[in-house]
Amino acid sequence: GVVPISNLIRTIRTARTQAEEREMIQKECAAIRSSFREEDNTYRCRNVAKLLYMHMLGYPAHFGQLECLKLIASQKFTDKRIGYLGAMLLLDERQDVHLLMTNCIKNDLNHSTQYVQGLALCTLGCMGSSEMCRDLAGEVEKLLKTSNSYLRKKAALCAVHVIRKVPELMEMFLPATKNLLNEKNHGVLHTSVVLLTEMCERSPDMLAHFRKLVPQLVRILKNLIMSGYSPEHDVSGISDPFLQVRILRLLRILGRNDDDSSEAMNDILAQVATNTETSKNVGNAILYETVLTIMDIKSESGLRVLAINILGRFLLNNDKNIRYVALTSLLKTVQTDHNAVQRHRSTIVDCLKDLDVSIKRRAMELSFALVNGNNVRGMMKELLYFLDSCEPEFKADCASGIFLAAEKYAPSKRWHIDTIMRVLTTAGSYVRDDAVPNLIQLITNSVEMHAYTVQRLYKAILGDYSQQPLVQVASWCIGEYGDLLVSGQCEEEEPIQVTEDEVLDILESVLISNMSASVTRGYALTAIMKLSTRFTCTVNRIKKVVSIYGSSIDVELQQRAVEYNALFKKYDHMRPALLERMPVMEKVTTNGPAEIVQTNGETETAVLETKPPPSGLQPANQVTETDPGYAGFLFPTGIPSITAYNKNGLKIDFTFERSNTNPSVTVITIQASNSTELDMTDFVFQAAVPKTFQLQLLSPSSSVIPAFNSGTITQVIKVLNPQKVSDSKKNC
Amino acid sequence: MIKAILIFNNHGKPRLSKFYQRYSEDTQQQIIRETFHLVSKRDENVCNFLEGGLLIGGSDNKLIYRHYATLYFVFCVDSSESELGILDLIQVFVETLDKCFENVCELDLIFHVDKVHNILAEMVMGGMVLETNMNEIVTQIDAQNKLEKSEAGLAGAPARAVSAVKNMNLPEIPRNINIGDISIKVPNLPTFK
Repeated sequence: GVVPISNLIRTIRTARTQAEEREMIQKECAAIRSSFREEDNTYRCRNVAKLLYMHMLGYPAHFGQLECLKLIASQKFTDKRIGYLGAMLLLDERQDVHLLMTNCIKNDLNHSTQYVQGLALCTLGCMGSSEMCRDLAGEVEKLLKTSNSYLRKKAALCAVHVIRKVPELMEMFLPATKNLLNEKNHGVLHTSVVLLTEMCERSPDMLAHFRKLVPQLVRILKNLIMSGYSPEHDVSGISDPFLQVRILRLLRILGRNDDDSSEAMNDILAQVATNTETSKNVGNAILYETVLTIMDIKSESGLRVLAINILGRFLLNNDKNIRYVALTSLLKTVQTDHNAVQRHRSTIVDCLKDLDVSIKRRAMELSFALVNGNNVRGMMKELLYFLDSCEPEFKADCASGIFLAAEKYAPSKRWHIDTIMRVLTTAGSYVRDDAVPNLIQLITNSVEMHAYTVQRLYKAILGDYSQQPLVQVASWCIGEYGDLLVSGQCEEEEPIQVTEDEVLDILESVLISNMSASVTRGYALTAIMKLSTRFTCTVNRIKKVVSIYGSSIDVELQQRAVEYNALFKKYDHMRPALLERMPVMEKVTTNGPAEIVQTNGETETAVLETKPPPSGLQPANQVTETDPGYAGFLFPTGIPSITAYNKNGLKIDFTFERSNTNPSVTVITIQASNSTELDMTDFVFQAAVPKTFQLQLLSPSSSVIPAFNSGTITQVIKVLNPQKVSDSKKNC
Repeated sequence: MIKAILIFNNHGKPRLSKFYQRYSEDTQQQIIRETFHLVSKRDENVCNFLEGGLLIGGSDNKLIYRHYATLYFVFCVDSSESELGILDLIQVFVETLDKCFENVCELDLIFHVDKVHNILAEMVMGGMVLETNMNEIVTQIDAQNKLEKSEAGLAGAPARAVSAVKNMNLPEIPRNINIGDISIKVPNLPTFK
């Protein structure tokens, strides 16, 4: 016969290995299949239940899909219950089969038993496709007006799903929303607020329309706070905290950018902020939501200070969850209320030492946001210490953050160079590839520090040349300023004694070492070549090295070596000019990938730069944008970075910033990396935006993404959204 | 929006998997594995929030979890949900399970996963919170179970057999889930992967 589900479960639990389990499952599936073929109504329910159990364990159960439909069509509630559950777990819009449900759902929405209606609403609200939603929206709208609170609350959420699937239908639910807030039943109130929130977020017109609800919402909230103990809704001494949080969130959306609404809710927010009991989590959840609302609407300054102070208290709370949300909220408010957040800087910095990874991450992001001209020395000390001791997953972001902050606020060139050195030596292998050209450019422009820089870099790689970004920068510097190195010209510190041969020794070690990436070798070879015009005693040695690499297996090196050889042999008269010191570079953007323009770029330099490192110097003839925001910064938008694409070895990450000269412009920096074994050539990134937006793509750093993640392409994209108010769900 | 609700035990064995967004079967299993991997690494005294793994969709999502003795309850949510609010919601969920199963333990979830789904369906719908009042939920579940029982008749025999079987062969089933001071005991069954 057909075994009950409990038997099956007990049997499966006796399996000692995965293989044994699989065997049992297969056996049972075969039994279930034949039972399905026999069209046995009595046991269909039980068999589908078993199938769902097996599906949860990860075994295929698609052959049960039709059976679910048969169960849904049955008259019995028991069958329908399992049938709808099965449909939600096993079916989805991509199978045509699901459309067969539409008629059943339609009938069940009108069923005489409310629990059957409930099942139908639930299923439609979870997995209804656009077609189904279109067909059944009318039924949902009807149920939204029923006096049965059990159905009404479900209809409200179902309506949200319908609107998400078919936004054009939103209008038809408008009449039904008129009385929703008059409900006494909290379940209905709750889901009604969710529905109203969805509508306001989707449509500025709806938002404007629903602003008139603010007084009513304020009243409801007031009742919840003031009404005293209500056993029905009490959670740890607070009356329906979930509803309070929902209402606070809707008030936030309604009050944003609107003076009148903000004023109307000012008092209640102050009341909630001061009166809420904070000993339990539910109270803190309400306070947290209140703070977010206060910071987002046009509240008066006294209220804002109150809110930030609440967050400050949260930061000192023993409960880690509270500390975590405090850090998250402070991150959201640090742009608008910078000074207020600054007051809590030392507590925030302390959180860098927390053992909890989640808290550390928040504290790091917030710390970077708080760095300014006044505190940069102290903050950098803390952040460098953090870089030293933090988990690997943080190092890349931390290093990038330090470089950015150092660039903006360095009190002196020497400090700046020292900071960079510290990062390169501490977290050298985690530094992002695009940092290398930035650093090179920075060093070039710090003319008076050249001797100091090259000396420090030389010393740094003497001991250890495994950290690629460090070695690349060092090689480049030695190539450029090797003459300063051997002549002992350093002013900032005790000049070291080093001979030309010793310098060449280290560069050759880099060339030979199998720890060196191909790109790094390229840097080293070029550096050696450049030294031929800066060194006096070792030119023959250099010639020898260069000629050896003319037959290197590495095509990159080979090409360079052959060209350098040619320089020695046929074009020796051009060699000094070609290899002369790099001029100071004019920087075009302060953030993101630097578009470096050489002010006296001679076309001959293209000979040396034929295969630049992936995000390296641009060929001189490429036009770059003059960004009016040179003096301006790019602010983090609060939009978290995303991986926009990750397939077949190609990964593209987006990071978002906002131009402070034009807040409607979002600057997206894309980074493309390639984990396959072959380089990706002719890479072109294209983008399209909705008609109301404007799009500007700046030149990419290259069109070749090297293999094995050994380099990236970066490109800056600017998106202008003239109506920045709309569709900002992320800001909740 | 709640993207997924997962319950699994200390060994990563799924006890409930509900996804409110479309993922292929393979991806679902991967998500469960990845979530278990992330969550089981966590110390006991760190916060209950984790940035979500890569699979469940990028850095906008968070994992909010609670660990009760042998079970992890994990809600994967996007940034529109309140972290502290979800923690409270998990609490309501567990307390409701406790009420419906009378001192719930892992075995209850194993043998009655469909009932757990039914309870969850009265709390969360389409990724949104539907009802948070525990008594409301329990009342509605009871009424629906009564409806099922009244239809049972002959088909009720298996259901009754299940309860009989469950209380039979197995050695003493001490079950107490103390929300707060956790001590769930599971009888000594042969372990499997």
